[in-house]
Amino acid sequence: MTMDLKLILGISTTMLLARLKQSVVAGVGVTFSIMMYIALSGFMNGLNELLDGLILNRTPHIRLYNEIEPSEDQPLDLAPDFADRTVFISRIKPKAELTRVRNALGIMQALEKDERVLGIAAKTTAQVFFNVGTIDLNGVINGIQPAEEDRLFRFSDYVVSGSVHDLNAVNSVILGKGVADKMQVDLGDMVQVTTADGQRTMLKVVGTYQSGLADLDNVQCYASIKTTQKLLGRGNDMITDIQVKLHDLASAPALAREFARKFDVEALDIQTANAQFETGSNVRSIISYVVSVVLLIVAGFGIYNILNMLIYEKLDSIAILKATGFSGGDVRAIFISLSMIIGVCGGAVGLVMGYFASIGISHIPFETEALPTIKTYPVDFSGRYYLIGVAFALVTTYIAGLFPAQRASRIDPVEIIRGK
Amino acid sequence: MSQIDPVLETRKVSKTFHDPVTVQVLKEVSFSVERGEFVSIMGKSGCGKSTLLYILSTMDTDFQGELLLDGKSTTGMDRDHLSRLRSEKIGFVFQFHYLLPEFSVLRNVMLPALKLGRYGPEEVEHRAMERLKILEIGDQALKRANQISGGQKQRVAIARALINDPLIIMGDEPTGNLDSKNSDIVFDILRGLSAEGERSMLVVTHDEDFAKRTDRTIVMDDGRIADHGR
Ligand SMILES: Nc1ncnc2c1ncn2[C@@H]1O[C@H](COP(=O)(O)OP(=O)(O)OP(=O)(O)O)[C@@H](O)[C@H]1O
Ligand SMILES: [Mg+2]
Repeated sequence: MTMDLKLILGISTTMLLARLKQSVVAGVGVTFSIMMYIALSGFMNGLNELLDGLILNRTPHIRLYNEIEPSEDQPLDLAPDFADRTVFISRIKPKAELTRVRNALGIMQALEKDERVLGIAAKTTAQVFFNVGTIDLNGVINGIQPAEEDRLFRFSDYVVSGSVHDLNAVNSVILGKGVADKMQVDLGDMVQVTTADGQRTMLKVVGTYQSGLADLDNVQCYASIKTTQKLLGRGNDMITDIQVKLHDLASAPALAREFARKFDVEALDIQTANAQFETGSNVRSIISYVVSVVLLIVAGFGIYNILNMLIYEKLDSIAILKATGFSGGDVRAIFISLSMIIGVCGGAVGLVMGYFASIGISHIPFETEALPTIKTYPVDFSGRYYLIGVAFALVTTYIAGLFPAQRASRIDPVEIIRGK
Repeated sequence: MSQIDPVLETRKVSKTFHDPVTVQVLKEVSFSVERGEFVSIMGKSGCGKSTLLYILSTMDTDFQGELLLDGKSTTGMDRDHLSRLRSEKIGFVFQFHYLLPEFSVLRNVMLPALKLGRYGPEEVEHRAMERLKILEIGDQALKRANQISGGQKQRVAIARALINDPLIIMGDEPTGNLDSKNSDIVFDILRGLSAEGERSMLVVTHDEDFAKRTDRTIVMDDGRIADHGR
């Protein structure tokens, strides 16, 4: 058996070497498509992940908050005098401090123990005005836990100057780039902010932040959650958002429902918040798959053609092999292995070239406002593409070889010999 | 028992081609070749000699009647079985030498034996070399098969036919496109091989001189055997 395999491989290798030029052409077809597959897939997926990351990295999988809504229970309901009456109250106003998540610290403790949760970060937002001379600029200060925010949402990727770490100092702030530009302030400068209820505070600028979305950068600023709570004149239970990151992104909608019920808060999952994002991401991956598959199929046809030609040239050899004791199965095996040798060699070279092409792409400069930390094109080097590339090279060359080989195995040697 | 069986025997072998018109090329051909016999077949062009030979070689299975090789009927054997039988019992020499051009002379001779797998690669190489030397082309062994002369090719083909020690060697005009000198060399080789004893020869030829020097000449005429030669 192994003897036979060795013999068959020996015969097919000799046949390939005898027509080296043709074999190389066929091999180059495979090489090219595997290379393109790897380079393109790595590139497209790198870009895809980058774009996905823009949203996924920054967005909590679940956000717990409290919607401002009129409270259901009114003082009047408690009055015994009205217990058996129908009460009409119109135009109920919401209670003053409803944006706060009730029992936020308790909820956070519970979430920290939950095994499905990767991490949580509390946030307190405050509407403020930046006082610049006679003008007041609108702004939002997000009070965050700098270390957690960075770990879970890669906050530092978007901090273009200064350092996230410095936020831990009291009364320091990282300004949105738009805000900083408008106020013409630099690191180390002081800015004055006024909160909605009139309190004034001086904050020290320790960094600037750029998300790439001008609308955000003109408004959003960051301070530590402590600073923000102080700004608002509130205690450490003043938390407006609990941001949750999960181990499994897909479970976000279900868990959001569960948390909403359990903690009696609003819970928004990332899928609901960014419905359009998933569609775009899916379409991008479909396109990259289609392109790759088309490339490989084209290579398959190339091999098929060349093998067919080769068989036509080798009719005599096939007849002789059969006349001297080789069976149809042997002939088929010879031609399939011929094709597979082209596939293996072409594919292997393709892998290496694909890797180098990927490296090449990853050195092309790619600078964009939206992605301050990205300097060159992103490329996904994951082994998955190399495995798929090899598998596809083998499968296509096998299939491309199968039909011609089948034909060769059925060739009647008598017809060839008589035909001379 | 097998000692008295003929090496090869046909019983009422008939063959009809249907394309484009139906013609019966072989009509109930019955004959046998004994062990060690050197038999030639002659006949007018188109009388069915080659057709008969392809049937005898087991390459053509589409015929009526029965073919026995070494006493065993080939009727109903599948193709793989026949391939094996062919490589074990039959050596074939074509009119055109039909070597594999991309392989060396030595490799050409070795391939049928490697396929049969009776001996390991080294032993096969040794045996192939031996046969090439007998045929006086040992010095050509490492040349590519398309780099040697016609007469040399024919001898390589004979060496290949001999490699598995077949019971019978069949040739379809093996000297047909050789000059008389080379033709004589090939004849002498075949003669010598059959004289060794066990091995039979069945050779189609148009060459009267060649035929006369064989043990027996079968004459065919229009798909029938006109003369068994004994
Ligand atoms: N594939 C085929 N289809 C139809 N008829 C065929 C086919 N092959 C051979 N024949 C016919 O069969 C007859 C015998 O052919 P064959 O080749 O056996 O003759 P031959 O005796 O070997 O002749 P030659 O001495 O010229 O080689 C011829 O009349 C030929 O036309
Ligand atoms: Mg003929």
